[in-house]
Amino acid sequence: MQWETVIGLEVHVQLATQSKIFSGASTAFGAEPNAQASAVDLAMPGMLPVLNEGAVRMAVQFGLAVNANIAHRSVFDRKNYFYADLPKGYQISQMYHPIVGKGEVSVNLSDGSERTIGIEHAHLEEDAGKSLHEDFQGQSGIDLNRAGTPLLEIVSEPDMRSAEEAAAYLRKIHAIVTYLGISDGDMSQGSMRCDCNVSVRPKGQTEFGTRSEIKNVNSFRFVEKAINTEVERQIELIEDGGEVQQETRLYDADRDETRSMRTKEFANDYRYFPDPDLLPVEIDDTYINAIRDGLPELPDAKQARFVTEYGLNADEAAPLVQSQALADYFEQVARGSGDARQAANWIMGELARLMNQNEVEIQDCPVNAGDLATLILRVQDGTISGKLAKQVFEALWNGEGSPDDIIEQQGLKQVSDSGEIEALVDQVLADNQAMVDDYLSEEVAKKQKKKFNALVGQVMKASQGKANPAQVNDILQQKLTSSD
Amino acid sequence: MSISRDKIEQVAWLARIRLEDSEKEALEGKLSDILGMVDQLQASDTDGITPMAHPLDATQRLRPDEVTETNKRERFQAVAPETQDGLYLVPRVVE
Repeated sequence: MQWETVIGLEVHVQLATQSKIFSGASTAFGAEPNAQASAVDLAMPGMLPVLNEGAVRMAVQFGLAVNANIAHRSVFDRKNYFYADLPKGYQISQMYHPIVGKGEVSVNLSDGSERTIGIEHAHLEEDAGKSLHEDFQGQSGIDLNRAGTPLLEIVSEPDMRSAEEAAAYLRKIHAIVTYLGISDGDMSQGSMRCDCNVSVRPKGQTEFGTRSEIKNVNSFRFVEKAINTEVERQIELIEDGGEVQQETRLYDADRDETRSMRTKEFANDYRYFPDPDLLPVEIDDTYINAIRDGLPELPDAKQARFVTEYGLNADEAAPLVQSQALADYFEQVARGSGDARQAANWIMGELARLMNQNEVEIQDCPVNAGDLATLILRVQDGTISGKLAKQVFEALWNGEGSPDDIIEQQGLKQVSDSGEIEALVDQVLADNQAMVDDYLSEEVAKKQKKKFNALVGQVMKASQGKANPAQVNDILQQKLTSSD
Repeated sequence: MSISRDKIEQVAWLARIRLEDSEKEALEGKLSDILGMVDQLQASDTDGITPMAHPLDATQRLRPDEVTETNKRERFQAVAPETQDGLYLVPRVVE
């Protein structure tokens, strides 16, 4: 049977406010345990939450970025459950009247197609603290520094049909929140967390299958792997006559499998109700429009501009706009070199390769944009060959100096002096009489071309890659024709 | 509307309240009375009335995003039953 996968994502984004959503405690990372847990965060008796305008503003920024309706009136609710890292016994969230309504984002897929993914809503809520289970005999240690950190939970429609689409969607959300500067988006630090709702159904069926929710997916790569693993499990289960249970599963990246979390005695019953400590939040069009006017250029607009302004294809532009820093870097190289396509090729080729290999982000890349632009110019003006340019690039990466210094010091300048090349050609012809005879006696054009190229290779080798290849071609052609 | 013994036990469990059998019996009557009152409220015609999220006719005041709290961990932890290395200790919580 042909199966279709249906995926919806819930993405929790930690907002980059200075202070917590309902208290004036700092949200700075890396403080001593509980040094940033105030009386409100600890749920001391009589404490009242006061909403942080910064969190509201960031939620609105996101909503506008995904063309969503912004609710003029939104309400906070209590989600009741007991856990040691939740001192109040409830989490303040928005169940019924979220601040951000329906919106959408578009994603580019590897086959060149574009898909639109709906956003059902996004709401503000507070994070819980952290429980540490190791190191304490029969006890758990609780750190409430994270309690009360503002989160924006972004809930997608069940619009994704493959793990690739889900990963592309997550990347797009990441790009949007980091462009807006409303989160650092660092998945490894938990600033962005993702739960995946996954189900399968026979192709053509309109109803959804029973879904499971995968938690604990903390990298872009794991999102794809976890979903594919879970889809395989569900299909196998159904084909063997079983039924998918609606349950929460944890993804174990080491074993590449999902595992059922222990089923609770009762189904979750959070008994949501409006939080009487907080009044409805009202925002007007003046507030919303002022935020709209201040939005930066977003990934889609930037991608479109790269296509029209620099003549790139959408495929070439898409990876460049994944982060603001990478896009800025590209623009500097493109402007500095006057050759946007070469700039894109270098960035997505050699630069991306070395960044991956050394696990370096563009912000910490040792090759500055100006130097890469100069390098591209030196290939253009014939100072060095395209092949040796890679050698210069590696030297730039290793901090060996400016492009011109490296070319000079390592003697990589392309030889374009025809006398010098002629001498090289003569030497190669004299040393390789057999190859010359071979070439001259060949009658099949294609084979002859191959033998000619072998001779060009010898000359290039003799010049240590520095001879101008076009000139080598011309001179060699002349010599071989005249010796005919 | 009346409430069943099962429901009372479930709600008590959700609220982490231990009830004696005699208390359950008493609660059955009391909670059923409250639900009866809710039924009465629900019988009234509320068509065209916007539900209120809060009894006060006011909206939320927003606070500027500024850090105003200082570290008062020592004072808070002085009243905690048990702490270690700055952490609050609780009976072991296992996922």
